[in-house]
Amino acid sequence: MVDVQGLVDELVSKLRRRKVEGSRATARLTAELLRSVISQSKLPATNQPATLIDAVRGVGEKLIAANPIELAVGNIVRRVLHIIREEGHSNARDAVEGFRLSVGGDNDYIVEQDHLNLSVAAQSSLCRPSLHALLERSPDSATTYFTANSEDDSEEKSKSLDPNARSLEFRRKVISAVNDLIEDINTCHLVIAELAVEHIHHNEVILTFGHSRTVKEFLCAAKEKKRSFGVFVAEGAPKYQGHLLAKELAARGLQTTVITDSAVFAMISRVNMVIVGVHAVMANGGVIGPVGLNMVAFAAQKHAIPFVVVTGTHKLCPLYPNNPEVSLNEMRSPSEVLSFEEFSDCMDYRIGTGASQLHVVNPAFDYVPPELVSLFITDIGGYCPSYMYRLIADYYSSDDVVIQQKHAS
Amino acid sequence: MDPRRASRTVSDPKIRQVGFFAPPPDRSLSGPPDPISTATTTAAAAANTSSSPPISDLSPSGNSLSPVMIPPPRHSSDTAHRPAPFPPASPPRRGTLSLTVGSYNNNIISSSPTASFCDESKGISVKVSPTSAASSFPGGGFDATAVKASSVPASGLTTVSVVKTLPPGFTETIVEKVGGSVEMQNDLPANSKPLKERTSKAERRALQEAQRAAKAAAKGSKLPATTSGAVASANAKPTKATKPPSQKNDSATVTSSEKKGGDRPPEKDRKKDAPHPRMQYDDKSRVEKAKRRAVVKQTEARNRVELFRHLPQYEHGTQLPDLESKFFQLDPVHPVVYKVGLQYISGDISGGNARCIAMLQAFQEAIKDYSTPDEKTLTRDLTAKINSYVSFLNECRPLSISMGNAIRFLKNRIAKLPLTLSESEAKAFLQSDIEQFINEKIILADKVIVKHAVTKIRDGDVLLTYGSSSAVEMILLHAHELGKPFRVVIVDSRPKLEGQLLLRRLVGKGLSCVYANINAVSYIMHEVTRVFLGASSVLSNGTVYSRVGTACVAMVAHEFRVPVLVCCEAYKFHERVQLDSICSNELGDPDAISKVPGREDINYLDGCTNSENLQLLNLINDATPSDYVSMIVTDYGMVPPTSVPVIVRESCRDQVWI
Repeated sequence: MVDVQGLVDELVSKLRRRKVEGSRATARLTAELLRSVISQSKLPATNQPATLIDAVRGVGEKLIAANPIELAVGNIVRRVLHIIREEGHSNARDAVEGFRLSVGGDNDYIVEQDHLNLSVAAQSSLCRPSLHALLERSPDSATTYFTANSEDDSEEKSKSLDPNARSLEFRRKVISAVNDLIEDINTCHLVIAELAVEHIHHNEVILTFGHSRTVKEFLCAAKEKKRSFGVFVAEGAPKYQGHLLAKELAARGLQTTVITDSAVFAMISRVNMVIVGVHAVMANGGVIGPVGLNMVAFAAQKHAIPFVVVTGTHKLCPLYPNNPEVSLNEMRSPSEVLSFEEFSDCMDYRIGTGASQLHVVNPAFDYVPPELVSLFITDIGGYCPSYMYRLIADYYSSDDVVIQQKHAS
Repeated sequence: MDPRRASRTVSDPKIRQVGFFAPPPDRSLSGPPDPISTATTTAAAAANTSSSPPISDLSPSGNSLSPVMIPPPRHSSDTAHRPAPFPPASPPRRGTLSLTVGSYNNNIISSSPTASFCDESKGISVKVSPTSAASSFPGGGFDATAVKASSVPASGLTTVSVVKTLPPGFTETIVEKVGGSVEMQNDLPANSKPLKERTSKAERRALQEAQRAAKAAAKGSKLPATTSGAVASANAKPTKATKPPSQKNDSATVTSSEKKGGDRPPEKDRKKDAPHPRMQYDDKSRVEKAKRRAVVKQTEARNRVELFRHLPQYEHGTQLPDLESKFFQLDPVHPVVYKVGLQYISGDISGGNARCIAMLQAFQEAIKDYSTPDEKTLTRDLTAKINSYVSFLNECRPLSISMGNAIRFLKNRIAKLPLTLSESEAKAFLQSDIEQFINEKIILADKVIVKHAVTKIRDGDVLLTYGSSSAVEMILLHAHELGKPFRVVIVDSRPKLEGQLLLRRLVGKGLSCVYANINAVSYIMHEVTRVFLGASSVLSNGTVYSRVGTACVAMVAHEFRVPVLVCCEAYKFHERVQLDSICSNELGDPDAISKVPGREDINYLDGCTNSENLQLLNLINDATPSDYVSMIVTDYGMVPPTSVPVIVRESCRDQVWI
């Protein structure tokens, strides 16, 4: 038996120390952790979804608190919660169906009505149905959903049908859904990369910023399809991940040019498209990206150049940003921009008077408002910033949006 | 308005007519300038001196303004140290050179003269028929050497090397200019006795001059400008039969503009005589030609960005040792100029004002040591000399626009020298002109800018600046001295990180500073109330041409509705227009991109710099569109970017009439 608590603590401490960085790695680790939480947690005979939700939520809260800036953690926790709710819902529906089958359709109106009520109750207690669920559901149950009123009196009746088998089935389904999610996270960049040829034409010049695995795969996929195009890579101080990306792209045979971040404005007039990877996508269609991205977006807007964000769906965050430059940002070490050795005399220049003369600002992230983003390319297709809220409604349950506050209150 | 009108009406016909109509009869190529022009120039000069504060007032204050001044002593001492190893080494070196190179030695030894200089000599030399040139070989050898030696008194090394080193370089350049057939002739004798050849060249030149003077005199007042222009272009044709037509055009204009001497109308100069004809480096044949002339042996950078083929880019770090070793084989470049050139290469002098002042002071020195060779006119010969210096400096590092303006000013002054002046008087005249330019256009202008800009700083302001601009630094320091409470945000970017120097100086003075990378500019811009930017130049469409990154900062400030004030002296304004940062720019050392100082963990690009697919682009400047500029603070006051052409026009008029 694996010690779940130990695993949770390990990831929490990793997150807190920023040993895990990058939304993809974080998302994968979180999902794997939650999977083991689900598989290890003891489920009571009744009300399994609710128990499981509580367990996941508890772990998720810890993880989110460990690194509130890493929105991918929260996203994955919400995704898993959503999975549990959906499975619980369909489980309950199955129970209804099974009961109906067992009753044999003996036009016992009252019984049927009861169970329809039950299914509706199960739904409404777990989640509001997503658009997806609504469309998939059979028409009759959809109509009943709107007409019936909820009564939770007969829950035991349904669960008592064959509780053990159903509980195992439920857990299995949830875990397989979480496995699908992990698989999605691992392969989303490949799925996105398949769209590359549709967006890059021959002889195009593309500007990118910093390092992103998704961008790399996207560009390389286009290259493999025999497109020939040039790439400008802005280095992305203070991490200089652009150097890494440039090296990898050059190794794959792409014509790559490294420029400094300050030359972005100078060069963007010769660029056909800006393609960047981001840290997180907010519900309003704004993005959180590496610091400096806002400048690139402004420059692209000034020259009317498409600003394209490639992102996996695990970066979709159901939160709306409020003052994101400050609230969703963190400060990195000043030593990345200014060497302590050289400026030690300035740092303590006024220590005697207590007034610090020198501050160094080194934020990690930048917020790009939705109006500067032209297009999102995700593993489920291309979308406008204005459509993000709808995607979010498909992937998250609205009850989960605020995880922390709900528990705190 | 009235006085200006009057003067224009006087001058205009003269200026406009030259080249198309008959000029006033008393004007001739080499003769004294007509009384009107001398009168006007002297009057203007007098007016100028009276209106401007006396120089004596200025210079002490100028010294106190440290940021603009360059500290030369260190380098002079450096160079003083250097002599020890080299003098003994140089003679053998020379010998080996000539031995190994064989018949081409002349080409190789002679490295310096500039594009314009050469072109001029070409234009001139064509006049002399090959036969006369050939016949003149044996004759004038020795006095020409003497001339040469006398013209380079400043070099400490006259003793040993003048005879050997100097002449070949000089002569060869001339030979080269003269064109195919003459060059062949020269080459034969040259192998055995470069000395003789050189002298013959010089002599031939002198002869030419004389001929031309005679011709001009004979023609009297007839169309001096047109003639010379026509002659130049006509001459250009035969010589350039081998060269591509585009080049022909260019050199023709250069030659004609060079020729203007003292008697060409200044307005024409202004149009034709671009300080350095901007070379397009994607034109292979021209590059080859320029390379043969170059003092600075540059190796082309291997891995160049396709978009910037038209700009020069060389391997950095390779030229300096080579040049240092050549310090004592003086080409026609004056040692002071040479030193400044080396400082440009090594980056010891950077920043528009510092570079410009260093150059002007070097020219001042050079003029002080200058003496007119026999049978030459000071105006023409000195202009040629200055041209060769300028092209040398240009090889060291592409000239900034402000330097171009300063050079134009200087050439203008040389051209306008009254021919009645004796040589020493003329030299003193020029030196004081240069002094005045430095004091008035740079140092005093900075003070005026500071005075204006300080009024825009309110208590509690947060001022953002980018990189390190001397004008902005003075403004901040002055405002601090006035006791205004404000904070400074210094935004900086790789690879130069000049902001760190500014940061250190400001913190040392007790200002409270925030330092940020350029990527953080949109984070920090929320709290900023004013943006002060320096500029390398302001172009007449309002575009601000400045250190790369300025455009980004101005753009973000514009988006955040923060006013952007550009501080720039009026001498940096230029009538050129530019829309992007690509057509004309400067490329820095690409290797500076791959290495991040102080961050050893960033080594992804180590060893990849030779990859065919990977290029590193180190742009030096960029162009900020005028939309982003709220106001330009200059010595004429605070103006919107739309008013730049007015200032350009006014200051050009100034230059013409000073």
